[in-house]
Amino acid sequence: MIEVKHLTKRYGARTAVEDLNFTVDSGAVYGFLGPNGAGKSTTMNILTGCLAASEGQVTIDGYDIFEQPVQAKRRVGYLPEQPPLYMGMTAREYLTFVARAKGVKTADLERQLDEAITVTGIADVADRLIRNLSKGYRQRVGIAQALLGDPAVIILDEPTVGLDPLQIVEIRELIRSLGKDHTVILSSHILSEVQTVCDRILMIHQGRLVASGTARELEERFAGKVTYRLTVKGGSLDAREALEAVSGVTEVSAQVTGDRTELVVTASDTSPDMDERLSFALSDRRIPVLRLEREQASLEDVFLALAGESEGESAPQKNRKGGKAV
Amino acid sequence: MSAIYERELDSQLNGLTGYVYGALMLLFGGIYVMAYHLEGAADFTYVLYSMTFIYLIGTPLLTMRSIAEERHQKTDQLLYSLPMSMTKIVLGKYLALVTVMLMPIAVLALYPLVVNSLASAGAIPLKAAYGALVGFIFLGMALTAIGLFISSLMENVGLAAGSCFIVMLLLYFLTSLTGYIPDSAAASLIAFAVAAALFGLILWRLTRHGVFALVFTLLLEAALGVCYWLFQSDFSGLFADVVRQLAVFDRFNSFSYDIFDITALVYYASVTAVFLFLTVQAMERRRWAE
Repeated sequence: MIEVKHLTKRYGARTAVEDLNFTVDSGAVYGFLGPNGAGKSTTMNILTGCLAASEGQVTIDGYDIFEQPVQAKRRVGYLPEQPPLYMGMTAREYLTFVARAKGVKTADLERQLDEAITVTGIADVADRLIRNLSKGYRQRVGIAQALLGDPAVIILDEPTVGLDPLQIVEIRELIRSLGKDHTVILSSHILSEVQTVCDRILMIHQGRLVASGTARELEERFAGKVTYRLTVKGGSLDAREALEAVSGVTEVSAQVTGDRTELVVTASDTSPDMDERLSFALSDRRIPVLRLEREQASLEDVFLALAGESEGESAPQKNRKGGKAV
Repeated sequence: MSAIYERELDSQLNGLTGYVYGALMLLFGGIYVMAYHLEGAADFTYVLYSMTFIYLIGTPLLTMRSIAEERHQKTDQLLYSLPMSMTKIVLGKYLALVTVMLMPIAVLALYPLVVNSLASAGAIPLKAAYGALVGFIFLGMALTAIGLFISSLMENVGLAAGSCFIVMLLLYFLTSLTGYIPDSAAASLIAFAVAAALFGLILWRLTRHGVFALVFTLLLEAALGVCYWLFQSDFSGLFADVVRQLAVFDRFNSFSYDIFDITALVYYASVTAVFLFLTVQAMERRRWAE
């Protein structure tokens, strides 16, 4: 559906996106995840033909966005970070304008308008001036606008930013329902959002793609590692030695508070009997264990780890299997 | 393109500025027609000649919002993502502006007929009147293209209006201003050298390529030096002559002498084409934004 090859965008001396490569297949919701300033908006602007790339190629359904922009853009509906709405028009007038500007045939216009209005649930406000609509409704009008012209791909840049919690839930539901018969790409800096809404995740950091896959796949990349949090009585030295001696433990850090010690243990062995081995190691040395807790790696960890990794490395590869310890 | 045209027209007609321009046009049209005919000079071309100054205010009023407002409201993003060439978008906007510009002029066009139907003597020669009206419209179209270009460079509507007004003012008084340029060949050379340096500066701003702009400017200055060395005598008064060519308003003068000046029409059409082209380029350049 969408193919991005060696995409690079420089703003003067600053590189916003560097050598980005990925493919988007039809019929799924893709999430572009990255901290602010990671290059998400830049990438989306390039995908939709709003911005020229310094290097690289973007094809949509086989049409190059730079060489055949009109054909490529027909296949894409785009909602920029700030919805491009004309405040002085009613929602219906605005949508009619966009549909006509996108070249929707007159015979098809009413049907498409009704569909976009129904799907996004703005029928009640369609005849009010956009100026007087709430932010949530404006966002919906923006999404309706992207749906016009029957594009196969819908690209939404930070669609839930600035909305209240209820509106966020509604917009997310809307996006999920759009994913049924469109390819949707959305960007977000909120991990939980991408996790709940998207089928596949593209993690981007400092203009580079650091990982891609389903939420599960990405979590599994961290499955080779497990973290324990322990509290023991007494000084840190003994406990530390004892834990480090356990096979499978890769890293131990300790912090003493009063007569107790807080320990964080990272182990490469993820089998359940690791819990026992740790506690036995401590009881062998007669160190009282006050707390022992196993922590599951979350997508958050994956993201932070990958973000950290890519800062130290010059060329991280996509789809690298097996995360390494932080 | 028709969608862009209609939306632009709609936004112009929903705003106040188009009406202010129209009111000015009709008000001064009425005043001049009456004044000239009370004096007995039954010539509509004088009326139009006197009225060119309305474009000074009218052009900024009409064009200031067209693109600057889109940038300000970030609706230009929509334009960039439309499956439509930028040329069509710019043309759609331009034609809408010209339509608004023509609305009061269409009413103005009735004045000679009205006067002729009322006057027993001293009828207006219609051929000259409508010939001049064509020139007047072409002048307006060229100025609108210049205004649209200025609007495409700005993000602030007020700034667009101000800059456009200053440019219009300069163009209006250009011929009088050239009187202050010394006639000597050396003065011309210096003026050209400064103009070339300014051009280099603009080139640098547009391309952000320092070496290229510098080399180009140096080549330009060198060529200028060689020309001066070869044809020194031709340089006297040359700069003023060149500047006078840019005096868009003054091209209309011949119409007021009852001459249907085809070259002036071609000149206006060229100015229009050049500035529409520049507007498209200015819009396209933003895709490469800094």
